[in-house]
Amino acid sequence: MPIDILMPALSPTMEEGTLSKWLKKEGDQVTSGDVIAEIETDKATMEVEAVDEGVIGKLLIDAGTENVKVNTPIAVLLQEGEHADSISAEKPAQPEAAKADADTPAATSDAAGGKAREAKDEPASSADNKVPAQPKIDVAADPDIPEGTEMVSTTVREALRDAMAEEMRRDETVFVMGEEVAEYQGAYKVTQGLLQEFGARRVVDTPITEHGFAGVGVGAAMAGLRPIVEFMTFNFAMQAIDQIINSAAKTLYMSGGQMGAPMVFRGPNGAAARVAAQHSQDYAAWYSSIPGLKVVMPYTAADAKGLLKAAIRDPNPVIFLENEILYGQSFDVPKLDDFVLPIGKARIHKQGKDATIVSFGIGMTYATKAVAELEKEGIDVELIDLRTIRPMDLPTVIESVKKTGRLVTVEEGYPQNSVGTEIATRVMQQAFDYLDAPILTIAGKDVPMPYAANLEKLALPNVGEVVQAVKTVCYK
Amino acid sequence: MAPTKTASVSGRKSAAKPAKKDFNGGTIAEFDKQQELQAYRDMLLIRRFEEKAGQLYGMGFIGGFCHLYIGQEAVVVGMQMSLKEGDQVITGYRDHGHMLATGMSARGVMAELTGRRGGYSKGKGGSMHMFSKEKQFYGGHGIVGAQVSLGTGLAFANKYRGNDSISTAYFGDGAANQGQVYESFNMAQLWKLPIVYVIENNRYAMGTSVSRASAQTDFSQRGASFGIPGFQVDGMDVRAVKAAGDEAAEHCRSGKGPIILEMLTYRYRGHSMSDPAKYRSKDEVQKMRSEHDPIEQVKNRLLEKHWATEEELKAIDKDVRDVVSDSADFAQSDPEPDTSELYTDILL
Repeated sequence: MPIDILMPALSPTMEEGTLSKWLKKEGDQVTSGDVIAEIETDKATMEVEAVDEGVIGKLLIDAGTENVKVNTPIAVLLQEGEHADSISAEKPAQPEAAKADADTPAATSDAAGGKAREAKDEPASSADNKVPAQPKIDVAADPDIPEGTEMVSTTVREALRDAMAEEMRRDETVFVMGEEVAEYQGAYKVTQGLLQEFGARRVVDTPITEHGFAGVGVGAAMAGLRPIVEFMTFNFAMQAIDQIINSAAKTLYMSGGQMGAPMVFRGPNGAAARVAAQHSQDYAAWYSSIPGLKVVMPYTAADAKGLLKAAIRDPNPVIFLENEILYGQSFDVPKLDDFVLPIGKARIHKQGKDATIVSFGIGMTYATKAVAELEKEGIDVELIDLRTIRPMDLPTVIESVKKTGRLVTVEEGYPQNSVGTEIATRVMQQAFDYLDAPILTIAGKDVPMPYAANLEKLALPNVGEVVQAVKTVCYK
Repeated sequence: MAPTKTASVSGRKSAAKPAKKDFNGGTIAEFDKQQELQAYRDMLLIRRFEEKAGQLYGMGFIGGFCHLYIGQEAVVVGMQMSLKEGDQVITGYRDHGHMLATGMSARGVMAELTGRRGGYSKGKGGSMHMFSKEKQFYGGHGIVGAQVSLGTGLAFANKYRGNDSISTAYFGDGAANQGQVYESFNMAQLWKLPIVYVIENNRYAMGTSVSRASAQTDFSQRGASFGIPGFQVDGMDVRAVKAAGDEAAEHCRSGKGPIILEMLTYRYRGHSMSDPAKYRSKDEVQKMRSEHDPIEQVKNRLLEKHWATEEELKAIDKDVRDVVSDSADFAQSDPEPDTSELYTDILL
């Protein structure tokens, strides 16, 4: 059967073009790849190549014709043994609609539910338009700690190290890589002793090359290893953010579930002390906006340990945001053989009835102090430590708001598009009727971190602001 | 068999440039009949598949970007002939040829191009993002240069596991100017990772010619500051690619670390479907097509040596066309992904 050569679309947006020139005439033999015509669009002049072999039986559109719609037959190609007179029906020189012939694949695909480009203006059926519901994530509660379990005062630094060591003992594919993680024992001593126990094969010092080693880590994870990539600080991970987001977070989706990046990116995040603008950014909100990532930001040593162990076992890429100031703080950690906490579950740090504070990571240091002060003034605050930023345990927050009717969020990050504004939006949408006051969000100031001690103090949140915010929402 | 010197690609310096005595880069492999026929078929499949993809794009079945591999077929087909089961392949977005060469099905690739549920990524990846765990094909990456670090990570995993596999990371002359490429070179050589960096120098990064974008246009020497050996190879001659691939693979497998192969090749088609073709002359394209076509070279040898008749080659051609037609039919009739797929494969 003769083959229709159709007016091609040469860009995603092309709808019509000028057939400026024929380079073959009727009767010419063409093989695939031969340039047969030139097309002009508003953007460019482009060549049309033959796809099939045959003889040009008829040119249907004259050279110089403007506004030829995409998918209009422009010529007929004869196969071996066919003659020009076998071209059946007369073709209009300028078909009205850019519709493919009934015997072209464009038409068959419609029957199968597919769409060629010309179908794009047709209204989609309502079934096609309906966005399926986002699946709910069920997260288990924290494991029960058996009565009589010994609690050991542990620094966050030690807890993180213990978590890595335990998981490296458990799973041979787990390894840690980053700058100064091995011989130096960790820039902040978080990996202390790991080289001695696991050797240089599994505790890998990298050059100062964040973009490169993040990519190497993701590649190793795609191949089935379980890398823990330490960034000396997350500020430096901005050099690597393409690999974290475009490669680690999106591969599972882009591969239709075939492969992903089971790995942890960890390191100190946010402000330390007097290190100024380039070393003091909090990335919780940034990473938490990315589907395909989990984002964990613990406060206590027990959470740091239990959640890092969970992050290492998690089959997804996990951003694990630590804080340099918290590294040296001590908390009770249960002495258990295998203490693993669920990612995606908030922890009620203190129960209360008058107002709710939601915080996480270093933000909890302001929140806990504010709660103690407010208690002296007779305001009983419920304090929630979010622990995981993504997936976010909003139900726990909403349950608390239903009880207290008032909500304040506390974090160190920038105020615009912060984790607090996200919580405020969702609580407003899902629990509006339970709110007795506007939600207040306490965050860092909308400035790059200054170096001067007095300005730095002003740029960060403070306990007084949190106390005042809670009083404001309580109308006190 | 005695290796013979390869003919240089027109207008460029000789492909023969051994920097080390133990590497004969620039030689060509003597193919037996079976190898010639296999190379012919594999390259033809890519050529016909890409032509069909271009056609489907023109008809609106394929959306977005679509980068065709036409002209460069000898590179991936020759390299693939040098690899063993378990070796990994990763590339950028001009990736359809690599997928077919690793043995991924034409149906699955074409259906991904049309965004259908039978595509390798269930229709969620498209032309630039396709993977096959089964065939050790790790994508299909849309960010220029990212595959170089990722491929280095695949090699890291091989070394970590102590297995015999090597990673092959393909990238173009454009990607060769990205910073992470050199970060990766450094680590690969530092840790002696088993990886072949295959630089497909097709002379143009989109519309920018190599000489307008690169201070050092000899890409085989881009690893020099890390001590990584590199060689220029006639990427239009599948036998030269195979010879270089064999030696490079041996270099990696014997624990000597990474190696760079610069494949001197040429893309006939535009950068993507919407390419104005104003940055190079038609004569240049035509000259490459008529004088250096990788498929014609094999075809001519097959006929000269009487290893195949015109009829036999036509039969292969028909067989390949049938595979491609079947893939196109499937890619148009297969349904789009179920809407429930919107929220799947985000997290495990």
